Amino acid sequence: MADKPWVAFYWCASCGGCEEAVVDIAEKILDVVEAVNIGFWPVALDFKREDVESRPDGFFVASFVNGAVRTSEQEEMVKLLRKKSRLIFAFGSCSHLGGIPGLANLYSREEIFDYVYRKSPSTENPGETLPAENSRENGNELHLPEFYDRVYSLDQVIPVDYYIPGCAPPPDIVMNALEALLEGKLPDKGAVLSPNKALCSTCPLNETKPEKLLIRELKRPHEFQADPEKCFLTQGLLCMGPATRTGCGERCIRAGMPCRGCFGPLDNALDQGLSMLSALASILDFTPQEKEELERVLGACPDPAGTLYRFSLPSSILKGKRRL
Amino acid sequence: MHEPKIIAFFCNWCTYTAADLAGVSRMSYAPNVRIIRVMCSGRVDPELVIKAFDLGADGVLIGGCHPGDCHYQNGNHKTLRRYILLKRLLSQMGIEPERLRLEWISASEGEKVRRVCNEFTEQIRGLGPLRREVKNGG
Ligand code: SF4
Ligand code: SF4
Ligand code: FES
Repeated sequence: MADKPWVAFYWCASCGGCEEAVVDIAEKILDVVEAVNIGFWPVALDFKREDVESRPDGFFVASFVNGAVRTSEQEEMVKLLRKKSRLIFAFGSCSHLGGIPGLANLYSREEIFDYVYRKSPSTENPGETLPAENSRENGNELHLPEFYDRVYSLDQVIPVDYYIPGCAPPPDIVMNALEALLEGKLPDKGAVLSPNKALCSTCPLNETKPEKLLIRELKRPHEFQADPEKCFLTQGLLCMGPATRTGCGERCIRAGMPCRGCFGPLDNALDQGLSMLSALASILDFTPQEKEELERVLGACPDPAGTLYRFSLPSSILKGKRRL
Repeated sequence: MHEPKIIAFFCNWCTYTAADLAGVSRMSYAPNVRIIRVMCSGRVDPELVIKAFDLGADGVLIGGCHPGDCHYQNGNHKTLRRYILLKRLLSQMGIEPERLRLEWISASEGEKVRRVCNEFTEQIRGLGPLRREVKNGG
């Protein structure tokens, strides 16, 4: 036990799916438990902050952090883990890119509180109570972490050594990362641990995509029965395959749905949403004389930001909506 | 008064040549426009436009050959489609879509360069400075 390396798992702003993804490596988890000591994993076992604080710096060989960073508590915890760990792995899309919670960067904290605690149809809050960092209840002082005005990807808060992509990361990607760690076969720091190729290049439907793809229509998945054997983009569905890195096993495609982009951009792309926007501009077959027609067709994509940046808004160039 | 910063991407074959013509004809126009020469308006990747805004441009102007005149046949067709897509995205990102403008200006239209640069500068001045990056935590 003494010479087995120590690892930590932690979650921030996430849905819990990444915790499932760890367990999803199934019986192989036993090999992992055999090979390492788990020194911190609050979701699964009864760990406390002291279990990290009491350790010397660099004690953990690696910490796996899922979720984006939105609160002061999350910021403190990841900074603590950074200090106590030799390597930090951003685990899953939210930690890697900001993820779905990162779409909140289209709104301010005030707008979010106003909707969630006042205006949403299912809210009943006659006293209009809002989360406050400090309050008193029955003579007791209560403290809540600060809710920041925006969502951050993990590497915007602490230096990150490796990225395990995916919402959630599939078992083989997780297992490969763990094996590389244990066998000392990790690539250069900063690497995203999945192949640096577009999803289209490994997609089973790629051969049905014409050499020069041109489309005249955009459709939404609920509007028609898509042919699961034919490239979705060819059918007018906004498939993020051209702008997304591969490695997921084309999970959504094989389940009959276009890719939504959870593995994030390729290494050379600054901004996944803009790469997709550029790809779309190349295949939409409209001449300058057909400008109005194009505008009409684009009506089928009522939320470009939410579609192009579904998983990557905080890590995009603009990082979110500009506001005062 | 706030002096707007405007980044202009002009294609080598038409709009940049027109800007040159405006120069040799000694036309004067708003000094707010910083021109960057690109081989074709189709080279103006959306990342360049967004990066310009991110680095502090208050407006971005793209100038290319008239449809049918692009040196690379239809580079500017693609430019127009990107422009339409980008404008839709910009408004969601809190950047007024009018801060991005596309103009077809041929090599002989030095006067149009002058007019568009002046007009656009005034329009951006009216909009005021671009809102800076979203607030940091804490
Ligand atoms: S666009 Fe989507 S469906 Fe078509 S080849 Fe690429 S990943 Fe596959
Ligand atoms: S197909 Fe796209 S959205 Fe689905 S798992 Fe793969 S990368 Fe993620
Ligand atoms: S060369 Fe001028 S727009 Fe293409």
